[in-house]
Amino acid sequence: MSENGIGAAVRRKEDHRFITGGGRYTDDINRPNQVYAYVVRSPLAHARITGIDASEALSRDDVIAVLTGADMAAEVVGGLPCGWGVCNKDGSPMAEPAHPPLATDTVRYVGDQVAVVIATSRAAARDAAELVDVDYDELPAVTDLASAGADGAPQIWEEAPANVCFDWEIGDSAAVDEAFSKATQTASLDVVNNRLIPNAMEPRAAIGDYDRGKDEYTLFTTSQNPHVIRLLMGANVLGIPEHKLRVIAPDVGGGFGSKIFHYAEEAIVTWASKRLGRPVKWTADRSESFVSDAHGRDHISHAEIAMNDDGEFLGLRVRTTANLGAYLSTFAPSVPTYLYATLLAGNYKTPAVYCEVKAMFTNTVPVDAYRGAGRPEASYLLERLVDKAAKVAGLTPIEIRRRNFVPNDGFPYQTPVALEYDSGDYFAVLDKALEISDYDNFAARKKASANKGLLRGRGLSTYIEACGIAPSNVAGALGARAGLYESGTVRVNPTGSVTVLTGSHSHGQGHETTFAQLVHEALGVDIDAIEVVHGDTGKIPFGMGTYGSRSLAVGGMALVAALDKIKAKARKIAAHLLEASEDDVEFENGELRIAGTDRAVTFGDVALAAYVPHNYPLDVLEPGLEETAFYDPKNFTFPAGCHICEVEVDPDTGVVNVDRFCAADDFGRIINPMIVEGQVHGGVTQGIGQALFEECVYDNESGQLLSGSMMDYCLPKADNVPNFDVATNVTLCQHNALGVKGCGEAGAIGAPPAVINAVVDALSEYGVEDIAIPATPQRVWQAIQSASR
Amino acid sequence: MPSTVSFTLNGEPVSAEVSSRTLLVDMIREQLGRTGTHVGCDTSQCGACVIHVDGVSVKSCTMLALQADGADVVTIEGVARNGELHPMQAAFREHHGLQCGFCTPGMIMSALDLLQTNPDPSEGEVREWLEGNLCRCTGYQNIVKAVLSAAATMRG
Repeated sequence: MSENGIGAAVRRKEDHRFITGGGRYTDDINRPNQVYAYVVRSPLAHARITGIDASEALSRDDVIAVLTGADMAAEVVGGLPCGWGVCNKDGSPMAEPAHPPLATDTVRYVGDQVAVVIATSRAAARDAAELVDVDYDELPAVTDLASAGADGAPQIWEEAPANVCFDWEIGDSAAVDEAFSKATQTASLDVVNNRLIPNAMEPRAAIGDYDRGKDEYTLFTTSQNPHVIRLLMGANVLGIPEHKLRVIAPDVGGGFGSKIFHYAEEAIVTWASKRLGRPVKWTADRSESFVSDAHGRDHISHAEIAMNDDGEFLGLRVRTTANLGAYLSTFAPSVPTYLYATLLAGNYKTPAVYCEVKAMFTNTVPVDAYRGAGRPEASYLLERLVDKAAKVAGLTPIEIRRRNFVPNDGFPYQTPVALEYDSGDYFAVLDKALEISDYDNFAARKKASANKGLLRGRGLSTYIEACGIAPSNVAGALGARAGLYESGTVRVNPTGSVTVLTGSHSHGQGHETTFAQLVHEALGVDIDAIEVVHGDTGKIPFGMGTYGSRSLAVGGMALVAALDKIKAKARKIAAHLLEASEDDVEFENGELRIAGTDRAVTFGDVALAAYVPHNYPLDVLEPGLEETAFYDPKNFTFPAGCHICEVEVDPDTGVVNVDRFCAADDFGRIINPMIVEGQVHGGVTQGIGQALFEECVYDNESGQLLSGSMMDYCLPKADNVPNFDVATNVTLCQHNALGVKGCGEAGAIGAPPAVINAVVDALSEYGVEDIAIPATPQRVWQAIQSASR
Repeated sequence: MPSTVSFTLNGEPVSAEVSSRTLLVDMIREQLGRTGTHVGCDTSQCGACVIHVDGVSVKSCTMLALQADGADVVTIEGVARNGELHPMQAAFREHHGLQCGFCTPGMIMSALDLLQTNPDPSEGEVREWLEGNLCRCTGYQNIVKAVLSAAATMRG
């Protein structure tokens, strides 16, 4: 292994700018003659707009314009589009209401965009927004799933009777019924998956900059996928041809899914910039982020599992209600369906699985993909249920899993819910987790905790996820309205340095390093002479961006395909320079050599020859050395793993402390182990956040967001989490040449059930069998008090 | 009424016209053009805006620009000297203490202040000290590792 090639813990190339204050995030950018936008948002959860009086705001010298939904509707093509269609059980399409960037007649959640004030400074725009007088006729609102489906619930959309967006199913219901009829034991679980607010550290921001001379638009935005924004905003909202619209997502301060989607503010600043003839900048306050970034999760489910006498799973039946919020966000319908229910087979060979999902509109912020997107909901439900099933069957949590795992010789494995797993070794990751968690010495630790008056509990989860989204034709058949390939260009410069242009986007993942390692491995070029460019539609080929742990498995593979083309052409050039047959030229360690001889040229010689083609086979080969490839994966990838958590619970206060957390994961081949570990640490911490701290709370009477600031929504802090022990066990992905699977979401998928299973285990001596998530001190204390009575 | 504020920023004298409500972070970012200091919240929770004023770490979103008049202000841009990374910066890179980089300047400025008063902190002390700095990417483990490593380097 080269010290900078595949498998090396190369220190990140991008770090220098971030540790010296040289990062360039959207809000760091200012354009000449720029003005500032502040969005007037609805303070009500559901209301008719009966009038907007902006005269007082407009009377201020520093206010340039106040624009409303009526102004925008007169000029734009359409509303914010939904990129994924889902059908009802009867085959009819889902309800798909319009989503104007600025509300025209009705607001449907607290935070809905009503108007935009544009002024000469941010403070002036904010001040003037206070002066915009909006008259509302308040309507009854509903924010929670149970109430949204109740008889007589307030109706949010005419086209969605009973607030149902779609009522969808997957799997063989009859086969599951038959499994239950044969079962000798069953277990069931009612489970809530708590609603979360992603909270990437960088608030969203956008700058629209219209160039009148060229009739061209530039949008700087905090996006994980600038081409997707260009496509959706250009074609669906503003009617701007793609060649006239450049979208730049510069350094982006975390995304976790929340920066995938096309948001209203992007369209508003782009449109307003042309209308006003000046660049328009908008930056969210954190308070705005809470009421305008898409939220995540928010499911209520009932699940039942059928077993035989040996505790082998015969069938699984799941009924889920999912909250989509007030409007369909960009990929919302895919999350509680194809990214959720298709994962309900888990790591198990359960022969029959059936799931029905009713997706509801409520008067809340739109809900969409958040780290894991559907897969954490599946793994939480399944791994809680499997622990319950173990108790029913009289088996340990480990034994019941081992009895039901897909065996190592069972791959490829076709699940009853659409997916085909290509590889894995679930026994090995379980064993690895047991080993690093010092599983066998738990009793001694439990005793030591008891001596301190604390209850120690242990929980485990085994998870599988589907990453790399996806083969385009499969995704298309399932409702995706976009392709899901990735692009990569390798531009070898005349002096031998390399510029990579990738459609993937890094907002913390470290592509500038990992992708450079792939180039170094393939071409032998010094890693410092490799530059990775991303996030600018004016520079990179059309790409789909980063989400679903897809960058390496799809974007990396596009890069590998482009590198293969470069190597093939380089061998042709080298063969000419060496006066040899192309078949005799070997390419290794940056040298192209006639096999078995000492006659060689360097890759640098070849690059120079390609651009200064004086001695070059011009009759058969084009000059230059630049190749582009698009890669469409053959299947999802299937990372899997086992997470083991130990908690200490203080029975007097209900405080849960995560004392130990071990993660053993199979991510396929690992390019940079340092970066992979970092991804696991971060994902696990978000998973612990979901399990113990984070909860988005609405007041169902008023529709107000109660957890609307970092003071009210508890994010994990440095002293809330322990050091994590992480390990990997590799089985290679069978359908991509790198053998990679993806690692970005695993922690957020595996951790919540491991943590809650541990809390339930700790409280088991009180007879507690279940605890609502997040297991806050209040909930834990109440569970202890109720059980003790 | 605008007033003139003058202070030393990373060793150089600066001044700007500000209003009485201008926050120090806005003056530094918007008027002085040093964008390494970030704003991640509006409730003084996240710590992305931590800088040093007269040698002490402060959340610059929670201080008025006027209050900095005459002060010695250091931001992330002033931590490296003569092109040499400070050991704390080097440790963040070495130990992968950052991912998206948005919280990083505040983390580094906060950690530097910790080591001024406690040059040999325990892991628990580092975690407790960094309670006022949120990171959503790293799970804190490598940040803590970086701070402990920098402390060891700086003690020599």
